[in-house]
Amino acid sequence: MPYTANTPSAAFDADELRRRIPGWGADRDPADRPAVPRERYAPEVTGAHWELPPQQPELRPRERSIEHARLTPAFGTSAPLKGASGAIRRLAYARYSEGRAAHWLLLMGADRVDVVENHVASWFSKNPDNPVMGTGLSTEKTYGASSRRRPGRVDVKHQWLDPVVVAGPWLLGGWAALRGVRRVVRGARR
Amino acid sequence: MRAMVYRGPYKVRVESKPDPVIEHPGDAIVRVVRAAICGSDLHLYHGMMPDTRVGMTFGHEFIGVVEEVGPDVQNVKVGDRVMVPFNIYCGSCWFCARGLYSNCHNVNPNATAVGGIYGYSHTCGGYDGGQAERVRVPFADVGPSVIPDDLHDEDALLMTDALSTGYFGAQLADIVEGDTVVVLGAGPVGLFAARSAWLMGAARVIVVDHLDYRLEKARTFAHAETINFGQVDDVVVEMKKQTDYLGADRVIDAVGAEADGNFTQHVTAAKLKLQGGSPVALNWAIDGVRKGGTISVMGAYGPLFSAVKFGDAMNKGLTLRMNQAPVKRQWPRLLEHIRNGYFSPRDIITHRVPLEHVAEAYHLFSAKLDDCVKPVIVPDA
Ligand SMILES: NC(=O)c1ccc[n+]([C@@H]2O[C@H](COP(=O)([O-])OP(=O)(O)OC[C@H]3O[C@@H](n4cnc5c(N)ncnc54)[C@H](O)[C@@H]3O)[C@@H](O)[C@H]2O)c1
Ligand SMILES: [Zn+2]
Ligand SMILES: [Zn+2]
Repeated sequence: MPYTANTPSAAFDADELRRRIPGWGADRDPADRPAVPRERYAPEVTGAHWELPPQQPELRPRERSIEHARLTPAFGTSAPLKGASGAIRRLAYARYSEGRAAHWLLLMGADRVDVVENHVASWFSKNPDNPVMGTGLSTEKTYGASSRRRPGRVDVKHQWLDPVVVAGPWLLGGWAALRGVRRVVRGARR
Repeated sequence: MRAMVYRGPYKVRVESKPDPVIEHPGDAIVRVVRAAICGSDLHLYHGMMPDTRVGMTFGHEFIGVVEEVGPDVQNVKVGDRVMVPFNIYCGSCWFCARGLYSNCHNVNPNATAVGGIYGYSHTCGGYDGGQAERVRVPFADVGPSVIPDDLHDEDALLMTDALSTGYFGAQLADIVEGDTVVVLGAGPVGLFAARSAWLMGAARVIVVDHLDYRLEKARTFAHAETINFGQVDDVVVEMKKQTDYLGADRVIDAVGAEADGNFTQHVTAAKLKLQGGSPVALNWAIDGVRKGGTISVMGAYGPLFSAVKFGDAMNKGLTLRMNQAPVKRQWPRLLEHIRNGYFSPRDIITHRVPLEHVAEAYHLFSAKLDDCVKPVIVPDA
């Protein structure tokens, strides 16, 4: 108990643990662990054979954090900026540091716009999206009910929200489109 | 090539896309042999990580065969079977020189707060990942290692993230002989952290989750005691009861941004994206650890703010330690432990899935169906 200086449960049987658990105590010495010390100056062990790596060519303008003094020597080239989401992202990078909420909120907003842009674009491609595409929903038939019946599971309390997150934007979009069409039709009648 | 592609929250599919090419003289192209899905991928899958772009291929836990190398590459050659740490790092910047490989400054133009990670949004550098037939591996002289002949492919695979991270997490907890260690989360990272805590001399290891089948693994694979937080009234009180009302000496957060156990926290973070991550587990760690104790955070959170109970942490005099794991620093020791039979990492793999079924694998792992602990993708199945 913390109300006195010593806890009875602090006693333990190292031999019993060693018998029961393979390797118990092998890394007992805190100084002899691979992550210790946290910082150890040893550039020679990394395999790098340059002082500064050569620059990866910037074949198209690459957005970067304004907390960087330069474009990094290497960078990823997956999914370059484009469309309205690209414009929002470009603004988030050009204007706000990582220290600003605006930076991250703009990026999160752009992510949502990106999804809409790509869904719409997909309808004009050979590989159109549909609302349940890629959700892996087929696994629900086999495992959904039995897996969720386990005692103690708390995620069942909010998993019903997942379809709302996935289908919600589609329903909202559909509703907006319907209203738009109605308005046009009504306008034409008048 | 065929590759997993992100299409929006909860939506991924397999598409044909151009093969990766050498973009930097230090690059290699690796043909992927096995790629795992990590709990971190779920943050992307749920749309929680800023600048996750439609069209990106995820996957930062993989092994493969070198197919092509750039003109500057000397340490690996075509045909080598390699394990590739999830960190992309240059090996020569201020941080890499000091062993902080996960904090490299030369690979991620998008953010200075994070290093480079394969297939992990543009916030982590905008690199495509390994859940594909092929992947570009930057700084091939630095990250990858040739897989030793006596190492099982699937053990090598788990060394590229989950095992190294769990082991690193136990180290950051500053465990000393006789400690009581609580591990929050019985996913791959938590299971390996619990297993590693014993190596560091823990006297008791208690694993907390709400998924019975994972707690079962915690008892058998990790030899731990368990608490199902869905079946106790107040898990913080439970932690206190089980530690003589002192609190655990060390607590490891192996949960991260989707943490459950508090509806408001979970929904505002994981569904509405109003905070960087749901800090439920982190807050339980803060309240469940003893005064003067240490918390090691392996769980990943987004860059936006989270509602963390910082006041309690301060009043209790806690030490909080955390990082993305610098994977390769752990390898020599982990290899020894595997050879000595202390670890059999691949025992936690529950699902092996062809690349074409990647959407199903994501859903199973995300919704925790069919007792899924660790799904592995097999590109050439
Ligand atoms: N720091 C790193 O380098 C690094 C590397 C890999 C993974 N990670 C992070 O580690 C975390 C775990 O990864 P994983 O692959 O094991 O994921 P996972 O999703 O398989 O495991 C998370 C587990 O936590 C449980 N959980 C949810 N809420 C909880 C709570 N409040 N208390 C206790 N348990 C709770 C879940 O039921 C699940 O079993 C993720 O956040 C991931 O991003 C970090
Ligand atoms: Zn990971
Ligand atoms: Zn570096």
